[in-house]
Amino acid sequence: MKLYVCDVCGYVYDPEEGDPENGVPEGTPWKDVPADWVCPECGVGKDDFSPLEDD
Amino acid sequence: MTTALRNNIDWVGYVDWNVRDFHGYEALRGATYNSYLIRDEKNTLIDTVKGPYATNLLENIAKLVDPAEIVYIVCNHAEPDHSGSLPKIVEACVNAEVVSNEKCRQTLSQYYDASGWKFKVVKDHETMSIGKRTLHFVNTPLIHWPESMFTYVPEEKLLFSMDAFGQHYATSRRFDDQNPKEIALEEAKIYYANIVMLYGKRVAKLLDEGGMLDVEMIAPSHGVIWRSYVKEILEAYHNWATYRATSKVIVLYDTMYHSTETMADAIYEGALHPDVDVKLFNVRKTSLTTLATEFLDCAAVAVGSSTLNMGMMPMIAAALTYIKGLRPEGKAGFSFGSYGWTRGGAEGVDAFLKEMKFQILLEPIISQFRPDTSVLDKCREAGKMISEKALEMSAIPQAEISSEP
Repeated sequence: MKLYVCDVCGYVYDPEEGDPENGVPEGTPWKDVPADWVCPECGVGKDDFSPLEDD
Repeated sequence: MTTALRNNIDWVGYVDWNVRDFHGYEALRGATYNSYLIRDEKNTLIDTVKGPYATNLLENIAKLVDPAEIVYIVCNHAEPDHSGSLPKIVEACVNAEVVSNEKCRQTLSQYYDASGWKFKVVKDHETMSIGKRTLHFVNTPLIHWPESMFTYVPEEKLLFSMDAFGQHYATSRRFDDQNPKEIALEEAKIYYANIVMLYGKRVAKLLDEGGMLDVEMIAPSHGVIWRSYVKEILEAYHNWATYRATSKVIVLYDTMYHSTETMADAIYEGALHPDVDVKLFNVRKTSLTTLATEFLDCAAVAVGSSTLNMGMMPMIAAALTYIKGLRPEGKAGFSFGSYGWTRGGAEGVDAFLKEMKFQILLEPIISQFRPDTSVLDKCREAGKMISEKALEMSAIPQAEISSEP
Protein backbone atom coordinates (compact mmCIF):
# COMPACT_ATOMS: atom_id res chain seq x y z
CA MET A 1 0.00 0.00 0.00
CA LYS A 2 1.26 3.43 -0.90
CA LEU A 3 2.77 5.78 1.66
CA TYR A 4 1.63 9.40 1.79
CA VAL A 5 3.75 12.33 2.96
CA CYS A 6 2.57 15.59 4.49
CA ASP A 7 3.69 18.47 2.27
CA VAL A 8 3.88 20.84 5.21
CA CYS A 9 5.87 18.93 7.79
CA GLY A 10 7.12 15.71 6.23
CA TYR A 11 5.12 13.30 8.44
CA VAL A 12 4.67 10.01 6.56
CA TYR A 13 1.36 8.14 6.72
CA ASP A 14 2.11 4.42 6.50
CA PRO A 15 -1.06 2.39 5.87
CA GLU A 16 0.49 -0.62 7.61
CA GLU A 17 0.76 1.42 10.82
CA GLY A 18 -2.32 3.58 10.39
CA ASP A 19 -2.80 6.23 13.09
CA PRO A 20 -4.57 4.29 15.88
CA GLU A 21 -4.23 7.11 18.43
CA ASN A 22 -6.45 9.17 16.18
CA GLY A 23 -8.92 6.47 15.21
CA VAL A 24 -7.30 5.08 12.05
CA PRO A 25 -6.60 1.36 12.50
CA GLU A 26 -3.47 -0.37 11.23
CA GLY A 27 -3.82 -1.52 7.67
CA THR A 28 -6.03 1.37 6.52
CA PRO A 29 -5.18 2.38 2.97
CA TRP A 30 -5.02 6.10 2.28
CA LYS A 31 -8.33 6.25 0.43
CA ASP A 32 -10.11 4.83 3.49
CA VAL A 33 -8.63 7.33 5.94
CA PRO A 34 -11.56 9.60 6.94
CA ALA A 35 -11.85 12.89 5.07
CA ASP A 36 -11.70 14.87 8.32
CA TRP A 37 -8.48 13.20 9.50
CA VAL A 38 -5.60 15.63 9.98
CA CYS A 39 -1.85 15.24 10.09
CA PRO A 40 -1.11 14.25 13.69
CA GLU A 41 2.01 16.40 13.77
CA CYS A 42 1.04 19.68 12.19
CA GLY A 43 -2.74 19.53 11.80
CA VAL A 44 -3.19 20.02 8.04
CA GLY A 45 -5.84 18.07 6.11
CA LYS A 46 -5.56 15.20 3.63
CA ASP A 47 -5.41 17.71 0.75
CA ASP A 48 -1.91 18.66 1.85
CA PHE A 49 -0.60 15.12 1.46
CA SER A 50 1.14 13.67 -1.58
CA PRO A 51 1.98 10.10 -2.50
CA LEU A 52 5.51 9.25 -1.41
CA GLU A 53 7.43 8.29 -4.52
CA ASP A 54 9.95 5.48 -4.30
CA ASP A 55 13.52 6.73 -4.86
CA MET B 1 28.58 46.21 19.13
CA THR B 2 29.81 43.09 17.41
CA THR B 3 31.47 40.03 18.92
CA ALA B 4 33.82 37.57 17.24
CA LEU B 5 32.96 33.85 17.40
CA ARG B 6 35.75 32.64 15.15
CA ASN B 7 38.16 34.28 12.76
CA ASN B 8 35.93 36.44 10.54
CA ILE B 9 32.70 35.11 12.01
CA ASP B 10 30.97 37.75 14.12
CA TRP B 11 27.74 38.22 15.99
CA VAL B 12 26.07 41.36 14.63
CA GLY B 13 22.62 41.06 16.23
CA TYR B 14 20.48 43.01 18.67
CA VAL B 15 20.03 42.65 22.44
CA ASP B 16 16.46 43.48 23.41
CA TRP B 17 16.62 44.50 27.06
CA ASN B 18 13.06 45.79 27.13
CA VAL B 19 10.89 43.01 25.75
CA ARG B 20 8.88 41.18 28.40
CA ASP B 21 5.99 39.78 26.38
CA PHE B 22 7.16 37.71 23.44
CA HIS B 23 3.85 36.82 21.72
CA GLY B 24 2.48 35.75 25.08
CA TYR B 25 5.70 34.20 26.36
CA GLU B 26 6.76 35.96 29.54
CA ALA B 27 10.39 36.86 28.87
CA LEU B 28 11.50 38.08 32.28
CA ARG B 29 15.12 38.38 31.19
CA GLY B 30 14.49 40.09 27.86
CA ALA B 31 15.71 38.55 24.60
CA THR B 32 18.20 38.79 21.76
CA TYR B 33 17.89 38.37 18.00
CA ASN B 34 21.14 36.80 16.89
CA SER B 35 22.49 37.51 13.43
CA TYR B 36 25.94 36.42 12.32
CA LEU B 37 28.29 37.67 9.61
CA ILE B 38 30.81 35.37 7.95
CA ARG B 39 33.51 37.24 6.06
CA ASP B 40 34.92 35.03 3.36
CA GLU B 41 35.25 35.11 -0.43
CA LYS B 42 31.47 35.31 -0.46
CA ASN B 43 30.45 37.32 2.58
CA THR B 44 27.42 35.68 4.18
CA LEU B 45 24.90 36.97 6.68
CA ILE B 46 23.17 34.30 8.76
CA ASP B 47 19.64 35.51 9.56
CA THR B 48 18.62 39.04 10.49
CA VAL B 49 16.78 40.61 13.43
CA LYS B 50 13.27 41.69 14.40
CA GLY B 51 11.85 44.46 12.20
CA PRO B 52 12.35 47.55 14.40
CA TYR B 53 16.09 46.88 14.76
CA ALA B 54 17.11 46.79 11.09
CA THR B 55 19.19 49.95 11.51
CA ASN B 56 21.08 48.49 14.46
CA LEU B 57 21.90 45.39 12.41
CA LEU B 58 23.04 47.45 9.42
CA GLU B 59 25.27 49.56 11.68
CA ASN B 60 26.88 46.43 13.10
CA ILE B 61 27.40 44.97 9.62
CA ALA B 62 28.88 48.24 8.36
CA LYS B 63 31.53 48.14 11.08
CA LEU B 64 32.85 44.97 9.42
CA VAL B 65 31.90 45.13 5.73
CA ASP B 66 30.12 47.35 3.26
CA PRO B 67 26.59 45.87 2.96
CA ALA B 68 27.02 45.97 -0.82
CA GLU B 69 29.75 43.35 -0.40
CA ILE B 70 27.42 40.78 1.12
CA VAL B 71 26.79 37.97 -1.34
CA TYR B 72 24.42 35.73 0.62
CA ILE B 73 21.78 36.29 3.29
CA VAL B 74 20.85 32.91 4.70
CA CYS B 75 17.32 32.74 6.07
CA ASN B 76 17.00 29.71 8.34
CA HIS B 77 13.50 30.62 9.52
CA ALA B 78 10.76 32.95 8.25
CA GLU B 79 9.35 33.98 11.65
CA PRO B 80 9.28 37.79 11.97
CA ASP B 81 11.48 37.98 15.05
CA HIS B 82 14.29 36.93 12.69
CA SER B 83 13.04 37.90 9.24
CA GLY B 84 11.30 41.15 10.18
CA SER B 85 14.20 43.32 9.08
CA LEU B 86 14.89 41.28 5.96
CA PRO B 87 13.13 43.71 3.62
CA LYS B 88 15.40 46.59 4.77
CA ILE B 89 18.48 44.37 4.81
CA VAL B 90 17.79 43.06 1.30
CA GLU B 91 17.39 46.65 0.17
CA ALA B 92 20.72 47.68 1.68
CA CYS B 93 22.64 44.59 0.55
CA VAL B 94 22.23 45.43 -3.11
CA ASN B 95 24.24 42.49 -4.39
CA ALA B 96 22.94 39.78 -2.08
CA GLU B 97 20.85 36.71 -2.76
CA VAL B 98 18.53 35.36 -0.09
CA VAL B 99 19.43 31.72 0.54
CA SER B 100 16.65 29.57 1.93
CA ASN B 101 14.75 26.34 1.37
CA GLU B 102 11.68 26.41 -0.89
CA LYS B 103 9.15 26.42 1.95
CA CYS B 104 10.92 29.39 3.55
CA ARG B 105 10.91 31.26 0.25
CA GLN B 106 7.14 30.71 0.02
CA THR B 107 6.55 31.78 3.62
CA LEU B 108 8.67 34.90 3.21
CA SER B 109 6.59 35.78 0.14
CA GLN B 110 3.50 35.47 2.32
CA TYR B 111 4.91 37.85 4.93
CA TYR B 112 6.67 40.44 2.74
CA ASP B 113 6.69 41.73 -0.79
CA ALA B 114 9.61 39.61 -1.90
CA SER B 115 8.90 40.02 -5.62
CA GLY B 116 12.10 42.01 -6.15
CA TRP B 117 14.35 39.73 -4.08
CA LYS B 118 16.94 37.43 -5.61
CA PHE B 119 16.51 33.95 -4.14
CA LYS B 120 18.86 30.99 -4.13
CA VAL B 121 16.75 28.04 -3.05
CA VAL B 122 18.65 25.20 -1.40
CA LYS B 123 17.67 21.59 -0.84
CA ASP B 124 17.98 19.51 2.31
CA HIS B 125 21.65 18.54 2.89
CA GLU B 126 22.84 20.77 0.07
CA THR B 127 26.30 22.26 0.53
CA MET B 128 27.60 25.57 -0.75
CA SER B 129 31.14 26.88 -0.67
CA ILE B 130 31.64 30.49 0.36
CA GLY B 131 35.42 30.37 0.11
CA LYS B 132 37.42 28.92 2.98
CA ARG B 133 34.18 27.72 4.56
CA THR B 134 31.31 25.54 3.37
CA LEU B 135 27.69 25.85 4.40
CA HIS B 136 25.67 22.65 4.89
CA PHE B 137 21.92 23.18 5.02
CA VAL B 138 19.84 20.77 7.10
CA ASN B 139 16.06 21.03 7.02
CA THR B 140 14.45 20.70 10.45
CA PRO B 141 10.72 20.79 9.64
CA LEU B 142 8.60 21.49 12.74
CA ILE B 143 11.60 22.40 14.88
CA HIS B 144 9.75 24.52 15.22
CA TRP B 145 8.12 25.69 11.96
CA PRO B 146 7.67 23.79 8.69
CA GLU B 147 10.39 25.81 6.91
CA SER B 148 12.95 25.78 9.76
CA MET B 149 16.53 24.93 8.82
CA PHE B 150 20.00 24.68 10.37
CA THR B 151 23.22 25.85 8.73
CA TYR B 152 26.35 23.92 9.65
CA VAL B 153 29.91 25.03 8.96
CA PRO B 154 32.11 21.92 9.16
CA GLU B 155 35.45 23.76 8.90
CA GLU B 156 34.56 25.64 12.09
CA LYS B 157 32.57 22.84 13.77
CA LEU B 158 29.96 25.53 14.18
CA LEU B 159 26.22 24.97 14.01
CA PHE B 160 23.83 27.85 13.38
CA SER B 161 20.83 26.19 15.01
CA MET B 162 18.24 28.95 14.63
CA ASP B 163 15.71 28.71 17.50
CA ALA B 164 16.90 25.28 18.67
CA PHE B 165 19.01 25.55 21.84
CA GLY B 166 17.91 29.18 22.11
CA GLN B 167 16.95 31.16 25.18
CA HIS B 168 15.15 34.46 25.73
CA TYR B 169 17.99 35.95 27.71
CA ALA B 170 19.42 39.43 27.25
CA THR B 171 23.06 39.64 28.27
CA SER B 172 25.93 41.98 27.49
CA ARG B 173 28.26 39.05 26.84
CA ARG B 174 27.52 36.58 24.11
CA PHE B 175 28.96 33.27 25.31
CA ASP B 176 27.56 30.67 27.70
CA ASP B 177 30.61 30.64 29.98
CA GLN B 178 30.48 34.43 30.38
CA ASN B 179 27.12 34.14 32.11
CA PRO B 180 25.76 32.09 35.01
CA LYS B 181 25.47 28.55 33.64
CA GLU B 182 22.34 27.70 35.64
CA ILE B 183 20.52 30.74 34.26
CA ALA B 184 21.41 29.96 30.64
CA LEU B 185 20.22 26.38 31.08
CA GLU B 186 17.08 27.47 32.94
CA GLU B 187 16.17 29.93 30.20
CA ALA B 188 16.85 27.22 27.61
CA LYS B 189 14.39 24.99 29.49
CA ILE B 190 11.71 27.70 29.63
CA TYR B 191 12.17 28.25 25.91
CA TYR B 192 12.02 24.55 25.12
CA ALA B 193 8.92 24.00 27.24
CA ASN B 194 6.97 26.85 25.71
CA ILE B 195 8.08 26.65 22.10
CA VAL B 196 9.48 23.22 21.26
CA MET B 197 7.86 20.72 23.65
CA LEU B 198 5.31 19.38 21.22
CA TYR B 199 8.00 18.48 18.69
CA GLY B 200 9.91 16.25 21.12
CA LYS B 201 9.93 13.22 18.82
CA ARG B 202 11.45 15.23 15.99
CA VAL B 203 14.02 16.74 18.32
CA ALA B 204 14.99 13.29 19.62
CA LYS B 205 15.37 12.01 16.05
CA LEU B 206 17.46 15.03 15.06
CA LEU B 207 19.75 14.59 18.06
CA ASP B 208 20.26 10.93 17.16
CA GLU B 209 21.02 11.70 13.53
CA GLY B 210 22.97 14.85 14.34
CA GLY B 211 25.36 12.75 16.37
CA MET B 212 27.20 12.49 13.12
CA LEU B 213 27.79 16.22 13.12
CA ASP B 214 31.03 17.30 14.75
CA VAL B 215 30.01 20.36 16.75
CA GLU B 216 32.13 22.51 19.07
CA MET B 217 29.98 25.59 19.07
CA ILE B 218 26.24 26.09 18.74
CA ALA B 219 25.10 29.57 17.76
CA PRO B 220 21.34 29.85 18.18
CA SER B 221 19.11 32.72 17.08
CA HIS B 222 18.30 33.75 20.66
CA GLY B 223 20.41 34.11 23.74
CA VAL B 224 23.92 32.94 24.56
CA ILE B 225 26.16 30.98 22.21
CA TRP B 226 27.10 27.53 23.49
CA ARG B 227 30.82 26.79 23.47
CA SER B 228 31.74 25.50 26.94
CA TYR B 229 28.45 23.80 27.75
CA VAL B 230 27.63 22.14 24.42
CA LYS B 231 27.48 18.73 26.06
CA GLU B 232 25.17 20.02 28.79
CA ILE B 233 22.67 21.66 26.45
CA LEU B 234 22.57 18.62 24.16
CA GLU B 235 21.96 16.34 27.14
CA ALA B 236 19.26 18.64 28.47
CA TYR B 237 17.55 18.67 25.08
CA HIS B 238 17.74 14.90 24.95
CA ASN B 239 16.04 14.59 28.35
CA TRP B 240 13.33 17.06 27.42
CA ALA B 241 12.76 15.52 23.98
CA THR B 242 12.26 12.09 25.51
CA TYR B 243 9.85 13.55 28.09
CA ARG B 244 11.99 12.38 30.95
CA ALA B 245 10.06 12.85 34.22
CA THR B 246 11.81 14.14 37.32
CA SER B 247 10.42 13.51 40.79
CA LYS B 248 8.19 16.55 40.66
CA VAL B 249 4.51 16.96 41.47
CA ILE B 250 2.35 19.96 40.54
CA VAL B 251 -0.82 20.98 42.35
CA LEU B 252 -2.61 23.55 40.16
CA TYR B 253 -5.95 25.11 40.99
CA ASP B 254 -8.39 27.95 40.80
CA THR B 255 -10.83 28.78 43.55
CA MET B 256 -13.71 31.13 44.26
CA TYR B 257 -14.19 31.13 48.03
CA HIS B 258 -11.17 29.04 49.06
CA SER B 259 -12.89 25.64 49.21
CA THR B 260 -10.94 24.26 46.26
CA GLU B 261 -7.87 26.07 47.56
CA THR B 262 -8.21 24.29 50.90
CA MET B 263 -8.36 20.97 49.04
CA ALA B 264 -5.26 21.99 47.05
CA ASP B 265 -3.43 22.83 50.28
CA ALA B 266 -4.31 19.41 51.71
CA ILE B 267 -3.10 17.61 48.58
CA TYR B 268 0.12 19.63 48.75
CA GLU B 269 0.55 18.73 52.43
CA GLY B 270 0.05 15.06 51.68
CA ALA B 271 2.53 15.20 48.81
CA LEU B 272 5.38 16.65 50.85
CA HIS B 273 8.36 14.33 50.70
CA PRO B 274 12.11 14.96 51.08
CA ASP B 275 12.86 13.53 47.61
CA VAL B 276 10.01 15.19 45.73
CA ASP B 277 9.77 18.71 44.35
CA VAL B 278 6.16 19.71 45.05
CA LYS B 279 4.75 22.86 43.48
CA LEU B 280 1.53 24.61 44.48
CA PHE B 281 0.19 27.01 41.85
CA ASN B 282 -2.88 29.22 41.88
CA VAL B 283 -3.54 29.56 38.15
CA ARG B 284 -4.40 33.24 38.43
CA LYS B 285 -1.08 34.04 40.08
CA THR B 286 1.11 31.95 37.81
CA SER B 287 2.04 32.68 34.21
CA LEU B 288 1.37 30.20 31.43
CA THR B 289 5.08 30.37 30.69
CA THR B 290 5.93 29.10 34.18
CA LEU B 291 3.26 26.40 34.03
CA ALA B 292 4.53 25.00 30.74
CA THR B 293 8.09 24.93 32.10
CA GLU B 294 7.02 23.06 35.21
CA PHE B 295 4.80 20.63 33.31
CA LEU B 296 7.69 19.74 30.98
CA ASP B 297 9.48 17.50 33.43
CA CYS B 298 6.90 16.86 36.14
CA ALA B 299 5.74 13.32 36.77
CA ALA B 300 2.29 13.72 38.28
CA VAL B 301 -0.24 16.49 38.73
CA ALA B 302 -3.36 17.32 40.71
CA VAL B 303 -5.48 19.92 38.96
CA GLY B 304 -8.46 21.50 40.66
CA SER B 305 -11.24 23.90 39.90
CA SER B 306 -14.35 25.21 41.58
CA THR B 307 -17.50 24.87 39.54
CA LEU B 308 -18.59 27.97 37.67
CA ASN B 309 -21.77 27.77 35.58
CA MET B 310 -21.60 23.97 35.56
CA GLY B 311 -18.05 23.84 34.28
CA MET B 312 -14.40 24.54 35.03
CA MET B 313 -13.28 28.04 35.88
CA PRO B 314 -12.08 29.79 32.74
CA MET B 315 -8.45 30.36 33.73
CA ILE B 316 -7.99 26.67 34.47
CA ALA B 317 -9.46 25.92 31.06
CA ALA B 318 -7.06 28.46 29.54
CA ALA B 319 -4.04 26.93 31.28
CA LEU B 320 -5.02 23.40 30.29
CA THR B 321 -5.65 24.49 26.70
CA TYR B 322 -2.19 26.02 26.54
CA ILE B 323 -0.53 22.97 28.07
CA LYS B 324 -2.52 20.58 25.89
CA GLY B 325 -1.19 22.37 22.82
CA LEU B 326 2.34 21.68 23.99
CA ARG B 327 1.59 17.94 24.22
CA PRO B 328 3.41 16.81 27.35
CA GLU B 329 3.71 13.02 27.32
CA GLY B 330 3.83 10.33 29.93
CA LYS B 331 2.19 12.28 32.76
CA ALA B 332 -0.21 11.03 35.42
CA GLY B 333 -2.72 12.88 37.55
CA PHE B 334 -6.18 13.44 38.91
CA SER B 335 -8.66 16.27 39.33
CA PHE B 336 -10.40 17.80 42.29
CA GLY B 337 -12.69 20.68 43.17
CA SER B 338 -15.72 21.98 44.95
CA TYR B 339 -19.25 22.64 43.73
CA GLY B 340 -22.39 24.22 45.14
CA TRP B 341 -25.42 22.46 43.65
CA THR B 342 -24.33 21.15 40.24
CA ARG B 343 -21.11 19.32 39.58
CA GLY B 344 -18.82 20.30 36.73
CA GLY B 345 -15.56 21.89 37.86
CA ALA B 346 -13.52 18.83 38.76
CA GLU B 347 -15.31 16.79 36.09
CA GLY B 348 -14.34 19.33 33.41
CA VAL B 349 -10.71 19.07 34.47
CA ASP B 350 -10.92 15.26 34.50
CA ALA B 351 -12.21 15.24 30.91
CA PHE B 352 -9.41 17.59 29.87
CA LEU B 353 -6.71 15.45 31.50
CA LYS B 354 -8.12 12.43 29.64
CA GLU B 355 -7.98 14.35 26.34
CA MET B 356 -4.35 15.10 27.14
CA LYS B 357 -3.80 11.34 27.56
CA PHE B 358 -2.68 11.65 31.15
CA GLN B 359 -2.83 8.44 33.15
CA ILE B 360 -5.78 9.07 35.46
CA LEU B 361 -4.84 7.92 38.93
CA LEU B 362 -8.19 8.28 40.65
CA GLU B 363 -11.71 9.58 40.23
CA PRO B 364 -12.16 13.34 40.84
CA ILE B 365 -12.13 14.30 44.54
CA ILE B 366 -15.11 16.57 45.10
CA SER B 367 -16.61 18.62 47.87
CA GLN B 368 -19.96 20.31 48.16
CA PHE B 369 -19.13 23.81 49.41
CA ARG B 370 -16.63 23.56 52.29
CA PRO B 371 -14.49 20.37 52.26
CA ASP B 372 -15.08 18.41 55.45
CA THR B 373 -12.53 16.29 57.32
CA SER B 374 -13.16 13.17 55.26
CA VAL B 375 -12.63 15.06 51.98
CA LEU B 376 -9.46 16.65 53.28
CA ASP B 377 -8.15 13.25 54.48
CA LYS B 378 -8.82 11.93 50.99
CA CYS B 379 -6.91 14.89 49.57
CA ARG B 380 -3.90 14.28 51.81
CA GLU B 381 -3.85 10.58 50.88
CA ALA B 382 -4.10 11.46 47.20
CA GLY B 383 -1.18 13.88 47.62
CA LYS B 384 0.90 11.12 49.19
CA MET B 385 -0.07 8.84 46.34
CA ILE B 386 1.05 11.20 43.56
CA SER B 387 4.38 11.82 45.28
CA GLU B 388 4.98 8.08 45.42
CA LYS B 389 3.97 7.89 41.78
CA ALA B 390 6.45 10.65 40.95
CA LEU B 391 9.27 8.77 42.68
CA GLU B 392 8.36 5.63 40.79
CA MET B 393 8.13 7.38 37.42
CA SER B 394 11.35 9.35 37.77
CA ALA B 395 13.29 6.20 38.54
CA ILE B 396 12.58 4.90 35.02
CA PRO B 397 14.64 6.51 32.19
CA GLN B 398 11.63 6.79 29.95
CA ALA B 399 8.38 6.00 31.70
CA GLU B 400 5.93 3.93 29.75
CA ILE B 401 2.62 5.12 31.05
CA SER B 402 -0.54 3.50 29.79
CA SER B 403 -3.81 5.37 29.89
CA GLU B 404 -5.32 2.72 32.15
CA PRO B 405 -5.06 3.42 35.90
